[in-house]
Amino acid sequence: MTEPNRQGEVWVFAEQEDGALHDVALELCGKARELADRLGVSAGAVLPGAGVGEMAKKLFLHGIDNVYLVDHPRLSHYQTLPYARVLETLIEKHRPQIVVVGATAIGRDLAPRVASTLRAGLTADCTALDIRDVTDPKTSVEHKSLLLQIRPAFGGNIIATIVNYDQWPQMATVREGVMPLKAADNSRAGKVVEEKVEIDDDAMALKLIQRHVEQRKVNLKGARVIVAGGGGIGSRDNFKLIYDLAGAIGGAVGASRAAVDGRLIDKEHQVGQTGTTVRPALYIAVGISGAVQHRAGMEESAKIIAINTDRDAPIFSVAHYGIVGDYKQIIPMMIKAIKEK
Amino acid sequence: MAYDSVVCVKQVPDTANVTTEAMREDGTVNRGALPTVFNPEDLHALESALAVRDEYGGTVTVISMGPPKAADVLRDSLFRGADRAILLTDRRAAASDTLATSYILSQAIKTIDRYDFVFCGRQAIDGDTAQVGPQCAEKLGIPQITYLHEMVSIRDHVARVRRSIGHGWEIVEAKLPVLITVLESANRPRPPSARRVMRMKRARVPAEVAMEVKAEMPDAADEQLAAETERRVQELRESGLLIEQWDLDHIQADLSRCGLAGSPTKVHRIQAIVLTKEGYTEVQPSETGIKELIHELVVDRTWG
Repeated sequence: MTEPNRQGEVWVFAEQEDGALHDVALELCGKARELADRLGVSAGAVLPGAGVGEMAKKLFLHGIDNVYLVDHPRLSHYQTLPYARVLETLIEKHRPQIVVVGATAIGRDLAPRVASTLRAGLTADCTALDIRDVTDPKTSVEHKSLLLQIRPAFGGNIIATIVNYDQWPQMATVREGVMPLKAADNSRAGKVVEEKVEIDDDAMALKLIQRHVEQRKVNLKGARVIVAGGGGIGSRDNFKLIYDLAGAIGGAVGASRAAVDGRLIDKEHQVGQTGTTVRPALYIAVGISGAVQHRAGMEESAKIIAINTDRDAPIFSVAHYGIVGDYKQIIPMMIKAIKEK
Repeated sequence: MAYDSVVCVKQVPDTANVTTEAMREDGTVNRGALPTVFNPEDLHALESALAVRDEYGGTVTVISMGPPKAADVLRDSLFRGADRAILLTDRRAAASDTLATSYILSQAIKTIDRYDFVFCGRQAIDGDTAQVGPQCAEKLGIPQITYLHEMVSIRDHVARVRRSIGHGWEIVEAKLPVLITVLESANRPRPPSARRVMRMKRARVPAEVAMEVKAEMPDAADEQLAAETERRVQELRESGLLIEQWDLDHIQADLSRCGLAGSPTKVHRIQAIVLTKEGYTEVQPSETGIKELIHELVVDRTWG
């Protein structure tokens, strides 16, 4: 168990793959900067990889002071054990007080392994992070400047705030798109700290045989307009209407978890806490009841139109425009109105 | 060559179908009123283990940590073909976070001793954290392979699998033992077998037997209840219908690493989702209403 180090830095795991930093890593740099300023400490990023030193500059521009670079041929592709070894070694050496990791396929594989080795707490998929003094109700001890780790839980029916009093570092994962990507500040500079970490044969327990990367077919994050369908759409065939509207208005097609679980549409379309978090100019929610799980992933959209037969559906609580009625009649009317514009 | 598997399964509240009866007046969820289900991805973990056994031989042992009621998912596992089922139940394990839970599960797996594979569902629907699998692997000191999409082959204690990496896949090889977390896309779980249901529907853990005895003999003295429970447990054991029940002492768990004491993350606050009707502009579902809406979006430059 690691004791709290209140002078410790705020760290980001700088996830990179195939020569590029992951967007979520840059999003988290901005958040780490903000948290570090509030705590009066530096922001750091751990950058493991092979031939990735050039990426440090981008991390500086997004708010990082110190980049801990571990360049090793055995880190050329992500693997759990060597990457975990890097994080564990550096965390034990520098003792950051907070470590945030993107909740990507890689981050969700890596962070729990590292937290387990360090016996530190880890909160998955936070939707907000904050710094506050917290009093332990059991002991009445006040803990200064803790990281509040806020996440929906229980299928999105409640919001839980999690803290870690004394088994530090305080670790959290955050999904892509949850924290806004701040513009690069070209005046910023930082320091590269080159670190050596031994990666022995034991750490290379997995042998990579073949790797296949697909281009993302659905670009929800970049879309200005999203038309999303929910369980209320009823069938895969009916989803064609959602595609028609998206085609007419020039938007991407999204979906709720209910629609994905019901196999009405593929998972890559999913918007929400366990899918993609989006903030388009216009979000049209069709036949989506609006569980917190879903709302957490779209409520920051500039304009929201909700279409639902149920007047009491929670989706209307975040909508700017609501249409109570059958989407099968409403969508053709919308397409017609758009074409006549 | 035969391979032995351990499968970790969890009984979870059916969070996908939170009904109005399960919501309290103040908007909080009443867990007790929710129906429980076999955590969906854990069924796929079980199927992975059964498929390995069917092809190569070996055994499938299912463990679950939870209250006595969690024996439901163990019975279900037996109906689907598991060879052995163990319930880890102990009040001192309550309020464990993922770190403490993985410690307890790993102690149980170490107690089982012989295993080539540990299969877990990727995540449970009540927390969606996906942390317990990797944390168990770390505590067992074995490699992990997350997001199993397909078991490709097993040869001479080397498993070759295809795993999802979100935007593609990779094929990796690992020497056994290994812990694998399983996605729903990995397989189709077999249904319970009617023959096994008939044979094993009376399978119980001792805690369930004790509760049944108490319900049937409300006026009996404690010694009488204990004697009757012991008699029925013995009977079940003889007919091979006793589901093993382990506590923290049995798995030699360090209590400071279990339950609330062993959990670094503490719940500071729970807020029920209260729906605030802030008011929205209601658009009539008519040609005129929708025409005006589209016009408005164009005027304020949201679209067009």
